[in-house]
Amino acid sequence: MRWLLALVLLFALSAPALAVRPDEMLADPRLEARARVISEGIRCLVCQNQSIDSSDADLAHDLRVIVRERLTAGDNDDQVRAYLVARYGEYVLLNPVMAPHTLLLWIAGPLVLVGGGVVVLVAARRKLKLVTGVSGLTPDEAEALKELEGR
Amino acid sequence: MSIELGHFALILAFAIASVSAVMGLVFWKREAFAGYLQQGALLQFLLVAAAFGALIQAFVTSDFSLKLAYEHSHSLQPLIFKITAVWGNHEGSMVLWVLILVIMGAAVAAFGRNLPKDLLTLVLAMQSLLAAAFTGFTLFTSNPFLRLVPAPFEGMDLNPVLQDIGLAIHPPLLYTGYVGFSICFSFAIAALISGRIDAAWARWVRPWTLVSWCFLTLGIAMGSYWAYYELGWGGWWFWDPVENASFMPWLAGTALLHSALVMEKRNALKIWTIFLSIITFSLSLLGTFMVRSGILTSVHTFASDPTRGMVILALLACFIGGAFSLFAFRAGTLKVGGLFAPISREGALILNNLFLASATAAVLVGTLYPLLLDALVGETISVGAPFFDLTFGVIMVPLLIVLPFGPFLSWKRGDVIAVTQRLAGAAGLALFVTILCFALTGASVSLAPLGLLLGFWVSFGALAELIDRAKFFRTDVVTSFRRLFGLPRTAWSTAIAHFGVGMSVIGIVAASAWQAELVTTMTPGQVVEIAEHEITFQGIKHEEGPNYTSDAGSFFVRAPGGDVQTAVAERRVYVASGMPTTEASILTYGFSQLYLQLGEPQADGKSVVRVWYKPYVTLIWLGCVAMAFAGFLSLSYRRLRIGAPKPAKATGKTHGVPAE
Repeated sequence: MRWLLALVLLFALSAPALAVRPDEMLADPRLEARARVISEGIRCLVCQNQSIDSSDADLAHDLRVIVRERLTAGDNDDQVRAYLVARYGEYVLLNPVMAPHTLLLWIAGPLVLVGGGVVVLVAARRKLKLVTGVSGLTPDEAEALKELEGR
Repeated sequence: MSIELGHFALILAFAIASVSAVMGLVFWKREAFAGYLQQGALLQFLLVAAAFGALIQAFVTSDFSLKLAYEHSHSLQPLIFKITAVWGNHEGSMVLWVLILVIMGAAVAAFGRNLPKDLLTLVLAMQSLLAAAFTGFTLFTSNPFLRLVPAPFEGMDLNPVLQDIGLAIHPPLLYTGYVGFSICFSFAIAALISGRIDAAWARWVRPWTLVSWCFLTLGIAMGSYWAYYELGWGGWWFWDPVENASFMPWLAGTALLHSALVMEKRNALKIWTIFLSIITFSLSLLGTFMVRSGILTSVHTFASDPTRGMVILALLACFIGGAFSLFAFRAGTLKVGGLFAPISREGALILNNLFLASATAAVLVGTLYPLLLDALVGETISVGAPFFDLTFGVIMVPLLIVLPFGPFLSWKRGDVIAVTQRLAGAAGLALFVTILCFALTGASVSLAPLGLLLGFWVSFGALAELIDRAKFFRTDVVTSFRRLFGLPRTAWSTAIAHFGVGMSVIGIVAASAWQAELVTTMTPGQVVEIAEHEITFQGIKHEEGPNYTSDAGSFFVRAPGGDVQTAVAERRVYVASGMPTTEASILTYGFSQLYLQLGEPQADGKSVVRVWYKPYVTLIWLGCVAMAFAGFLSLSYRRLRIGAPKPAKATGKTHGVPAE
């Protein structure tokens, strides 16, 4: 399926992805490291499922520069993200926010885990009851057993 | 001429598949029909193979009067890429999909002689129904046999990114896995219709699950490695919807593999196994839909040209909806199977299924949620790698923690305390090795030690089972070795597969935690260092390839041991399309790799160079190879047992894992 992605990718942008350029990088390694972490969670808006950190599209370059500008200006990580969301909408975040409209998205996996667990437990109990009910001794058998034991 | 013959062959295959499906589903109780359907399945295979052959011939001879060849091939392409170009596009890949589907059907027809006749008829009828639906889809909405008049002189070239050996290997492997699950699906439907399901059924379904799962594992691993070296920034998994489309059937298929085991050995979990068979293939169909309908690019492109998408959505609704309706209607009639205590091998396998099902759900919802939200509410959000890493990881961690316990627990009733004691050695060793690793290298990422510990725990836990069963340290070494090699092949395959899981986990953690990265500009003769590797830039040479021109940058790389290798990273421009691509250079040192990529030339004559050192990264894919190998190993053993139960010349050993 990889090649199909590649196919789609090439429709979206017709240059190979090359990511961060040396001239963009900040001199302060701490700030640069923060910029990289933020970039990995920001979507390149004109690409197919790529972060601005790994995309060579011009827009990704612009966004990388914006991230670094905000960081240099003293914003913390959340402020940088908020700045981008204010300009480009939630679509820009690769990690969706936790809010009413994304609640189902976040809890789907755990919900199946817990729900499935409950179903398994209930089924196991019912089955146990069902089978022990059937396999219990009939009065005749109990009598016969007693007789055998008595011998 | 041959193209028209191919076209007719596909039409005929469609007709035969339709007739087989209807006949089989109506007359499945009559024994004579099994023979007709077997012949029908073989005919479908021959006809679709002929159609596929006609396409290959047109591509190989560069017959550009075939529209498909004109759009996706070029006379200068190397032969191998002319062949792979057949499925490097929508129409051709649908034919490949159908071809594999009918190969599976023909295989059931050929090897299924000793299946009960009614079951065989129903299974082949379902396969024919699927074949009819998808040949119909291909013929009516994506016909690969259209001609161009007048024929163009030259083709438009295959997409350069696809001009790679990966295209020869990845799609056929992946499709074999995907489509192989159709057999499990057909068997499930057959069981629901006939109302009969027993251990013999599971014995038949398991090898098919195993084959499909092995191919899917290799296909996904190959796709991941291809993306890693071709797309050029060293990532190996992107949680892209297209990847998720193949990953979901894999997760569900892994669950199916384990539940079918319970059903075969203990005659329990029948209804759940049927359910999983349906789910797994439904997810394969869903993946086909998502990729083929164009819905992934955007809901809006889907809406603007909805023919293909709507048709395939309708097929999806019919098959999945039909299967689940049948399931809801008939599952109650199936008898409940064997009993077991919560703490037992069965219980462990149920836990495995629970976690895998939740993981599948998390990936499924994550993949579809943005599409649905956009379509229903009009809000656009992105669900990307950070989301999946978190939600998927949270579910995987407990699964990996309990994984080594599973094979140690006995059927029916297990003793978790005794098992813990037997695993203590593995746990201690895993802890020791993890601490050693971090003492030697220094921790950099906070969660990495735990991840690594998990990887070692799974790996050593898998080996511990073999060591325990061979009675190492409890008897003399010679006896132990004799016992070790005398263990049933299923014990080996379980251990190897689980060891493979551990290998992949270690690879993932190590490559993320200790990856070194260098982005810089270089002039010829300049030297840089990364992870103790000394890299000297030699300069850029212009070269001519068969259908591209290339700027090849060469580097001398001196490894810590003094070993020197030459690395050549290229930037290519393809002649026909004018499209640029990059070819990274990858040097392998043991399990680790150095990944070099040549960036765009700068105005001042310098070249941008990106280098990554990825420690133990190859373990990610080698782990997958180990898993697939284990699957084939188990299959080679099972081959002897497939078919109608014969009077047992078998000793107890041939009946797989002993109960205790």
